[in-house]
Amino acid sequence: MTDHTDREQNPECDGPDGSGGPSESTDFGVMTDGGNVSSPFDAVSQYEETRRDRYKKLYDAYIYAPVAIVWRDWRARIGFTIVVLYILMGTVGTWVVEPTVVAEGPALAQPFETMQYPLGTDDMGRDLFSQTVHATQEMLKMILSGALFTVTLGTVVGAVAGYKGGTTDTVLSSITDVFINIPGFPLVMVLALLLPIGGNPYVIGILLCVASWGGLARAIRSQVLTLRQESFVEAARAMGIPTRKIVFKDIVPHLMPFVVINLTNAARRVIFEAAALYYLGILPFENLNWGVTLNLAYTAGGHYRPEALHWFMVPMVAIIFISIGLILLGQSLDRVFNPRVRARHEKMSADAAEKINDDAETNTNTMGGL
Amino acid sequence: MAMIDWRLRRVAQAAFTVWAVTTLSFVLVRMMPGNPMGAMVRQLEAQGVNPVRARQLVELRLSIDPDKPIPIAYVEYMANIFQGDLGVSTYYAQPVAEVLAQAMPWTLFVLSWSLFISFFVGISFGALMAYWEGGKLDTGLTSWAILMGSIPYYVLAFMLLIFLAYRLNWFPTSGRAPTGVPAGFNWPYIKGIAHHAALPVMSMLVASGVASLGMRGNSIRVLGSDYLRVARLRGLSDSTISTQYVARNAVLPMYTTLLISIGEMFGGSVVLEQVFQYRGLGYYILAAMYQRDYPLMMGGFMLITIAVVIALLVADLTYGYVDPRAGGQNSDSF
Repeated sequence: MTDHTDREQNPECDGPDGSGGPSESTDFGVMTDGGNVSSPFDAVSQYEETRRDRYKKLYDAYIYAPVAIVWRDWRARIGFTIVVLYILMGTVGTWVVEPTVVAEGPALAQPFETMQYPLGTDDMGRDLFSQTVHATQEMLKMILSGALFTVTLGTVVGAVAGYKGGTTDTVLSSITDVFINIPGFPLVMVLALLLPIGGNPYVIGILLCVASWGGLARAIRSQVLTLRQESFVEAARAMGIPTRKIVFKDIVPHLMPFVVINLTNAARRVIFEAAALYYLGILPFENLNWGVTLNLAYTAGGHYRPEALHWFMVPMVAIIFISIGLILLGQSLDRVFNPRVRARHEKMSADAAEKINDDAETNTNTMGGL
Repeated sequence: MAMIDWRLRRVAQAAFTVWAVTTLSFVLVRMMPGNPMGAMVRQLEAQGVNPVRARQLVELRLSIDPDKPIPIAYVEYMANIFQGDLGVSTYYAQPVAEVLAQAMPWTLFVLSWSLFISFFVGISFGALMAYWEGGKLDTGLTSWAILMGSIPYYVLAFMLLIFLAYRLNWFPTSGRAPTGVPAGFNWPYIKGIAHHAALPVMSMLVASGVASLGMRGNSIRVLGSDYLRVARLRGLSDSTISTQYVARNAVLPMYTTLLISIGEMFGGSVVLEQVFQYRGLGYYILAAMYQRDYPLMMGGFMLITIAVVIALLVADLTYGYVDPRAGGQNSDSF
């Protein structure tokens, strides 16, 4: 097949047919080689996708559309709002609310009585509202490092094991299985006591997740095992693209939904375990946080002194609320990434559908088994 | 791959995990930056024990001789562990194995009840929710399940302790057995034990929230499947369909979830037993941590690990019997 005959016979090949790419981008459409391209093997993109276009497309597919879907669901609205509130509390809140000091107010002031101490004070006169706000920042740091650690390690180990197979798989899977089998909390306790970790919240976050990446790695591995048979992976392999690129550019992006849902689970685990370890007094602490407050309240007998009850309740409510937020968010993210829900969304909003059409299709193909 | 191969491999893997954890505990005690072994020697010397005697004591307590080169010390340590010698607790001045052996049944008692009840509640609620999907009962129970899933078990434990034990005096606030009642098979003692275990068991009920959501999902998936329609067309009775078709297929996936949650429950027992001052395995491990009683701490950690490894092994090996579909597990399917 020569270029010439083809060019003559299929002149329509080089015109924008409307189905190929977003029509609004034809403004940028310059044929890169300046010539008349018609053979499918010679064809280059009809328009030049600028970096800005690509970001816009990514934004539409991964931020705008998901948020639009999420917002339809009442659970998502609540979960999203709660999580955003906590993030605001941990960032902006720490500027607005001053850190509390001993004897700032009267001891054990009751909550909801004065505007000055909305949640009351503890037995040393420290404002509980300020404690909660400032603890949030530390918790967010732990969540950030811990969740990123779990997700990164789990995805990398799982994807490599699943894709490479053979000895690599055997070795990585054995390590993964050991970590799945070890009871996480006791291990973390022992390590927290024996390792000189100090009070750095990022390090603590990683420590808390030391045992929790195994489950994710195993799940990712089984997903990759099915994905590696897909035609686009085989095509990439045939083209001689290096394994590293195939795994992280072609396979892992298809698992992102799964990974994102696991992020919320990892975040919840970090909060639960961190508060428990601080409560038990095993982690060293410099600042007051939810777990430390629980510890102080328990040692001061907050559980049997009615006047100190609020001291106990404030950190508990703080933990429960962020947890509800994360659970609801996780469940609704599940819906966002569920191809059926997504398809329905595309039908309903033609505007977004046009933009995310391509991505949604690939997702439907590969995500069916998820 | 043949069934036998897969099972042997799974047992070997469990053995490997136990070995890895034992080795880890050796490494932690012997070479950690915190160096528990050096700390113990120094502590004893500071108490006026002469250095030679101090080293002997440390050897006795940790079953690791600080003077031996690492490979030899490692081999001896492993040999001791396999003979059930976990060293001597420095705080209780008793062999670690003895301390843990008398605590273990109490923890198992609480855990088995928690597991049984949460499984039972989870399954029945999940089935109810699925049956009336979208109805008021479903909405209500789903909200309940989400709330339960969001509460850490120890926070629920605090609430139960504060309100049911201290305010209402319905349950004892601490301990594991009634005082002043002779131990043994008599009604007041058995009743007392149940009474003391009630709150720790209830705290673990949070797991039922997650379980019921899982069960709901499974049941809904089964309810929508074609073979149920066929079963109805065949004119099978409702009770046959619900027990033989829906329940069986929806409960099966819960089985692994159940056994896997044993691991989490063992970990959680440390916090729970502290909250309720319930002297089980977790209580002693935590006490060991506070007292820097390294032999007891490591022994407890190993014991919990072995228990969890065995539970997961049982789960994997029996799953094929419970669910014939999962019988021919090959290397690619887990």
